[in-house]
Amino acid sequence: MTALHDETTEGKVYTVNGQDWDELVKQISESSDRHLVVNMGPQHPSTHGVLRLVLTLDGETVVEARPVIGYLHTGIEKNMEYRTWTQGVTFVTRMDYLSPIFNETAYCLAVEKLLGITDRIPERAQVLRVLMMELNRISSHMVAIATFGMELGATSVMIYGFREREMVLDLFEYITGLRMNMAYVRPGGVSMDLPAGAVDKIGEFLKIMPKRVKDMRKVLDENPVYLRRTRDIAYLDLTGCMALGVTGPMLRAAGLPWDLRKAQPYCGYETYDFEVPTETGCDVYSRYLVRMAEVEESLKIIQQALDRLTGPELKGKPVMIEDKKIGWPSKLALGPDGLGNSPDHIAHIMGTSMEALIHHFKLVTEGFRVPAGQAYAAVESPRGELGAHVVSDGGTRPYRVHFRDPSFTNLQAIPATVEGGMVADVISAIASIDPVMGGVDR
Amino acid sequence: MSEEQNKPQENLPAVNPIELPIARKGMFGVKGTGDTSGYGGLVVRRPPKLSSPRPYGGPDRTGEPGEFDVIADELERALGDGFHDAVERVVVDRGELTFHVKRERLVEVMRHLRDDPALRFELSLGVSGVHYPHETGAELHAVYHLCSITHNRRLRIEVSCPDADPHIPSTVSVYPTHDWHERETYDFFGIIFDGHPALTRIEMPDDWEGHPQRKDYPLGGIPVEYRGASTPAPDQRRSYS
Amino acid sequence: MGLEEKLPSGFILSTVEQVAGWARKNSVWPATFGLACCAIELMAAGGPKHDLARFGMERASASPRQADLMIVAGRVSQKMAPILRQIYDQMAEPKWVIAMGVCASSGGMFNNYAIVQGVDHVVPVDIYLPGCPPRPEMLLDAIVKLHDKIQNTKFGVHRERQIEELERRALNPLPLVDDRGAVR
Ligand code: SF4
Repeated sequence: MTALHDETTEGKVYTVNGQDWDELVKQISESSDRHLVVNMGPQHPSTHGVLRLVLTLDGETVVEARPVIGYLHTGIEKNMEYRTWTQGVTFVTRMDYLSPIFNETAYCLAVEKLLGITDRIPERAQVLRVLMMELNRISSHMVAIATFGMELGATSVMIYGFREREMVLDLFEYITGLRMNMAYVRPGGVSMDLPAGAVDKIGEFLKIMPKRVKDMRKVLDENPVYLRRTRDIAYLDLTGCMALGVTGPMLRAAGLPWDLRKAQPYCGYETYDFEVPTETGCDVYSRYLVRMAEVEESLKIIQQALDRLTGPELKGKPVMIEDKKIGWPSKLALGPDGLGNSPDHIAHIMGTSMEALIHHFKLVTEGFRVPAGQAYAAVESPRGELGAHVVSDGGTRPYRVHFRDPSFTNLQAIPATVEGGMVADVISAIASIDPVMGGVDR
Repeated sequence: MSEEQNKPQENLPAVNPIELPIARKGMFGVKGTGDTSGYGGLVVRRPPKLSSPRPYGGPDRTGEPGEFDVIADELERALGDGFHDAVERVVVDRGELTFHVKRERLVEVMRHLRDDPALRFELSLGVSGVHYPHETGAELHAVYHLCSITHNRRLRIEVSCPDADPHIPSTVSVYPTHDWHERETYDFFGIIFDGHPALTRIEMPDDWEGHPQRKDYPLGGIPVEYRGASTPAPDQRRSYS
Repeated sequence: MGLEEKLPSGFILSTVEQVAGWARKNSVWPATFGLACCAIELMAAGGPKHDLARFGMERASASPRQADLMIVAGRVSQKMAPILRQIYDQMAEPKWVIAMGVCASSGGMFNNYAIVQGVDHVVPVDIYLPGCPPRPEMLLDAIVKLHDKIQNTKFGVHRERQIEELERRALNPLPLVDDRGAVR
């Protein structure tokens, strides 16, 4: 093999395909070039999904890191332009698949803003949204920590994380019928009320979970190996966060208590009692601490939401807007063969009320119209500010939907956090950003 | 569509081409009148493009002068006489304030918005492109959402450019976070952000043709090719009608 | 494949087939090919509750060269397709593919410009697993079905005959529903 390298303006470029290592080592050791370009991903067990990194290394030090994305681009935003407003929920839930409820809520808040019905959403639906969002936050943070452990080689952390997440998923399945991608939040409210027995199940979960979180903290908080891998790694201070538009746990780990649930409350978050945890380390460890503390706060919020749902004021109240032209008409129920329209509802529309049948038909086939205009609604997702920019031209389908996904923006911080560090710390840095590629690429 | 909605409203000019009703037709794969969904006969009215009058109020929509007036006043003070030149329209809709800014003045306006102590929109939430093929001369829009953490306010900046000359100055120098967002908007809509450090495709493969989220780009329509044989695009393979 | 291909057909080959199939099916090493939401369910299947280790599959192979099963878990974009194929080509024979989820099987709900409408355009698929996402139990079921397939894979002449038989059956598919009678 002779022409292993090409002369370029940047110097000699060697292309390696494997099986020619001896040749390469010989050639490199003779030359004075120091930099090695390594491709990492998009199919790599440690890149948190289909992220690709092009790393320029000087020995073990990263000189330059270039993230390459787009390997999971799904065209969801465009696909939504061909479906009704309600069907859009089914699409957005698949964007950031670890926090489906947040995607749905952001989208629905924007659609409700366009419809001008924000104030008419029933209270019980708002509380249910909060309940589901906080459950989802726990499951998402659990996966964040689990995959982090896995990528660093700590399989037990992964097993803990997934076990805890499984508990949340069981709740989701019980409440919505699906473990993931549940399309539960709809414009106008939520798709259905809690089934019988759900309150007890959530209560049980609230009893077990704090102990599990404590166990996890016991394993990780003071673990010397973990500390060595996370302390002072991937430093990004407040200025950097602001410039790069970084939000969420990364921003709060840099000391700024910016949380939309407090700053610009939605879904009635201003009425709940909880703290916004912050840290000042600006590193991977601080981000981990913030996430763990957030899980604990979420448990508090869930308890409060549960109290309200069982309280006399909201018991048995509707969960969908009382507007026959917007509210999704079907009443879902868990039957012996799975989830579907409740027999009562079918008897109602088929047997007694012609008008209900018409509404059902119109809404399901054509959907409702949304007055023209544009709106932006944001929620605090587990990864940061998740915003939905929704444009309507007055029709029954969105004209344009754009999601400002926190993973997308936060990923831009990779070069800032890893350049100049060791190559092994790249993994920690990515995991601490906790990007979900489905959200990045949409 | 009822009679009443097709009649021009009194307070608007009668022959404003922007207001003529348009028909949106068809779902994916539906041709002719094979529409079973009710979309086909749909007629939609476009909103008139008007500037909101003062007072702008605030997000709570009380009608009293509020937060939005403060933002406008401060920007007017920062830009001086140039305000009316730079900001073409101010729209207050659904509790949100939008400045339609001339593209030539965009960077200057953004810089004031970020740096002026009374404005301080230090966090940008990125760029979102929208394609309005019917707005001749301003088909492509770039929409920026800004957030001020200091004052806890939000603001939207909208810039447009014609399809024939799809250039908008890049704002990466003001908000570094726009780096990827502008690349994404370029990738999907073909807006060229002048001055961007490396404006390349980000989501689609580098050799992709066209800008897929424009309205004139079909939803499906990519034949899959493998080992010389190609499977036709989904919209030619299946028919829903 | 190897020496077993050279064995004469008959009793010995059948025995070798059974032994090799049994060994192979109990030590399938999956290549990690997580793409989207389905990948999370794939990971959940490896978690404590569903425990993929019961099937000898807990060793997810990071290198395709040491894997013999590719579980395509998620939607394959046009940008990812060449990479998918490259990974597949790097895997050593014999190898199997499970298309997990409707996206990998047919493009699913994303009938658009960005998504390959089914990985079978790019790689041959052994098992199509529907669901969005399929539950971990469904994945386990798919794996058990695949085990069955692996166990009954034939060698040498038998293999040729088996392929012929499968081809013949594929060319004469019977309708799934018997539509005799005056339905139309
Ligand atoms: S089949 Fe469903 S869950 Fe699986 S990748 Fe596709 S959208 Fe996600």
